[in-house]
Amino acid sequence: MSQQITLTIDGQEITAQPGDKVLWAALANKIYIPHLCAIEENHTPFASCRLCFVEIKGYPSPVTACTETVQPGMAVTTRSPRVDRLVRTGFEMLMTNHRLECNICPANHSCALQRIARERGLSLKPKELPLLERNLPVDDSAPGIIYDPNKCVLCGRCVWVCKTRGAGILGFARRGFDRMVTTFRDAPLAESNCNYCDVCAGVCPVGALTIKCMS
Amino acid sequence: MKNDNHDVSSALEKIKICASASWQPLLEKPLIMVGAATCGRAAGALEVKRTIMAELERLNIDANVLEVGCMGHCYAEPLVVITRPDSDFPPICYGYVTEGIASRLVQDYLGEGDPCLEYALAAMEVNDFIPTMADFPRGLIEKKIIMDYCGLIDPQNIENYLATGGYKALCSVLRQTPESIVQTMKDSGLRGRGGAGFPTGVKWETCLKADAKEKFIICNADEGDPGAFMDRTILESNPHKMIEGMIIAAYAVGAARGYVYVRAEYPLAVERIRLAVKQVREYYLLGKSILDSGFDFDIEIFQGSGAFVCGEETALIASIEGEPGIPHHRPPFPAIAGLWGKPTIIDNVKTLCYVPHIISRGADWFKSTGTPESPGTAIFALAGKVVNTGLAEVPMGTTLNQMIYDVGSGIAGGKTFKAVQIGGPSGGCLPESVLETPIDFDSLKQVGAIMGSGGMVVLDQDDCMVEIARYFLDFTQKESCGKCTFCRLGTKHMLNILENITKGKGAPGDIEKLLTLAEDIKAGSLCNLGKTAPNPVLSTIKYFRDEYDAHINEKRCPSLMCKDLIAYYILPEKCERSCDACVGSCPVEAIFSNEDRIKVINQEKCVKCDSCLLACPPQYRAVVKLSPPEEVAAREKGKK
Repeated sequence: MSQQITLTIDGQEITAQPGDKVLWAALANKIYIPHLCAIEENHTPFASCRLCFVEIKGYPSPVTACTETVQPGMAVTTRSPRVDRLVRTGFEMLMTNHRLECNICPANHSCALQRIARERGLSLKPKELPLLERNLPVDDSAPGIIYDPNKCVLCGRCVWVCKTRGAGILGFARRGFDRMVTTFRDAPLAESNCNYCDVCAGVCPVGALTIKCMS
Repeated sequence: MKNDNHDVSSALEKIKICASASWQPLLEKPLIMVGAATCGRAAGALEVKRTIMAELERLNIDANVLEVGCMGHCYAEPLVVITRPDSDFPPICYGYVTEGIASRLVQDYLGEGDPCLEYALAAMEVNDFIPTMADFPRGLIEKKIIMDYCGLIDPQNIENYLATGGYKALCSVLRQTPESIVQTMKDSGLRGRGGAGFPTGVKWETCLKADAKEKFIICNADEGDPGAFMDRTILESNPHKMIEGMIIAAYAVGAARGYVYVRAEYPLAVERIRLAVKQVREYYLLGKSILDSGFDFDIEIFQGSGAFVCGEETALIASIEGEPGIPHHRPPFPAIAGLWGKPTIIDNVKTLCYVPHIISRGADWFKSTGTPESPGTAIFALAGKVVNTGLAEVPMGTTLNQMIYDVGSGIAGGKTFKAVQIGGPSGGCLPESVLETPIDFDSLKQVGAIMGSGGMVVLDQDDCMVEIARYFLDFTQKESCGKCTFCRLGTKHMLNILENITKGKGAPGDIEKLLTLAEDIKAGSLCNLGKTAPNPVLSTIKYFRDEYDAHINEKRCPSLMCKDLIAYYILPEKCERSCDACVGSCPVEAIFSNEDRIKVINQEKCVKCDSCLLACPPQYRAVVKLSPPEEVAAREKGKK
């Protein structure tokens, strides 16, 4: 084993392996930092959800914890007015683009968005910004999986896991606001090469990809 | 790598002798150079060239005709430069050449010796008859370093470039150590001309020191700012300069392979680079053991498929690797881990073009131009409402005022200046009050714009600043890759607010909302596209807040540009009874004559297409735009 690194997060002294990212070091020590897109095994972080902002002593502005490698003596703060403002705005933006129907959503109570709202005292319903609804068709063609793109927060976890463990059929398409997770030529899952392995539904943090209930 | 000094210089010497041998005969006969870069071609340069060839054949005149690039005077395209060695006249540059003028030039000048000075723009050399380019205000300000031979040599012929001293810097570099070249670059203080202005020497040093077997050089020619065309023109006019710079950069950092990432939308530039690379290989200036020095380097051309975000370096690398062009988190910076994870230098076309000059003439010479913090020259594509659009190379520190009024000859059509947009979608709009700002990386940032890669769009009284901000944000929103939350959704929210304002649906508090969102998007976005996307909005709010207020509070567009906030109206006192030009021009039959035969617009039917305003003869000018649209009803009521 290589030398352990000691750093502080919110004043708490913790140890981590060299090369670890701040986000995982914090989570391993039960210090919560909001996050959606991060995958511990993926060593080139997407850094796309922009929710895991932290302050690091000596840095001029908040940085994403998923991309910062731990350093000896590093002093990390998970909350500050600047961090809270960025997380609040980023979260609010995501919520304007996420179809909110928790009561009928299979991810209810296990949803990462609900957790972030709870931990940071944020509202699931956007307060400042208007909704940006997409009204895309829900894909329930596959025998075991339902894909509701209207709930997708584009974290990319499903794309990564499909590529590394599944059939490699999921990917991103289009640009800007129209970017979405989809299959080649937007084929329904049943008409793609999907093998219904469900790994995507297992990693989706928000209930956009869910396993069909036997009802 | 061991260099044999003697071999390197003698190999280049041989090549140079060949080149001069092919260049010299050109000067013995009359020489006609036609500016045929994209700007020239758009104005009809190829037709002009065809006419010249036909006339020469008809009159049986022996002359050389060369297709050259662009000198920067795009407003006067097509340009033709004629040299008659057997006359007393210097080489003369003719502007606005049509096929008719072209045939007259051949007949009268080459045939009968009359140089047709009425069509001349300027002489190319100092003489007693005709003013030269340097005698005009623009010529006094301009200082050409990397554009020195643009428009004066044939970009399709490497011998032209060699005859002007090309590849001499490369030859001298091969006798130096990479460390000394990097030191020269650091001493020169050259800052990257892609927009961010990062010191080039520092970047090279990082890459040189990076421990890796394989390294890469990428030339970023993915120019995508609306209204910018610097890189295109340089690549079309003198591609060899960029290639020489690239080979030197490769030698300095130890790269064996280079890519030119050029937009597929620049077909002529792609063709010219491809030909240039082929020629350089034939002269053994590229490939295995360049000039027998033992240094191997080769260049591949990669065509980008039109994503603006691919100009961002990590997205550009992903694109070459065959992945979607989407930015990644930095660090690691490409100079440490770039293409295929190897140390990679990414430099803009213009940055690389400076390299041969700095190597040949030294760091101190380079620093003698420009400002201490931003040495050298700046190249701007001057576009929009100025009289003389085109490409201008000026020393850093030149003021915006000089750029617009001296180089660009002021505002076209007798209108008044309103703002200048610098730096494209990441830049800002600057008003008259800051026109004395010197052009350099730091000063422009202070006033709320950025240097950018060189787009400069001049706006006049008819341009609505809210609409301009909306236009640029619409551009960045469409060109955003959509990866990160702040850029994908934040710019969309900002765009929606701006769209509402331009449609008269703005609400009090919208400006504050825009400012808050802008601040968060700048702090929260992943890459520089998102971090700079709010700049056009921030700078227009900073300098033109009154226009935002007029849109929001009075539902009025002061520049009469926003369609939803204007109405067309025919002034009864100016309308001529016997004229009905507007009636015929209206595509929706919205204009009718009243009992006095004065024309009136039916506002319900009007689609605000501007046709009647253009059709109304200039002696009447009876059609006007009014804002807010309710103004029409108020006036009609007043009449009754």
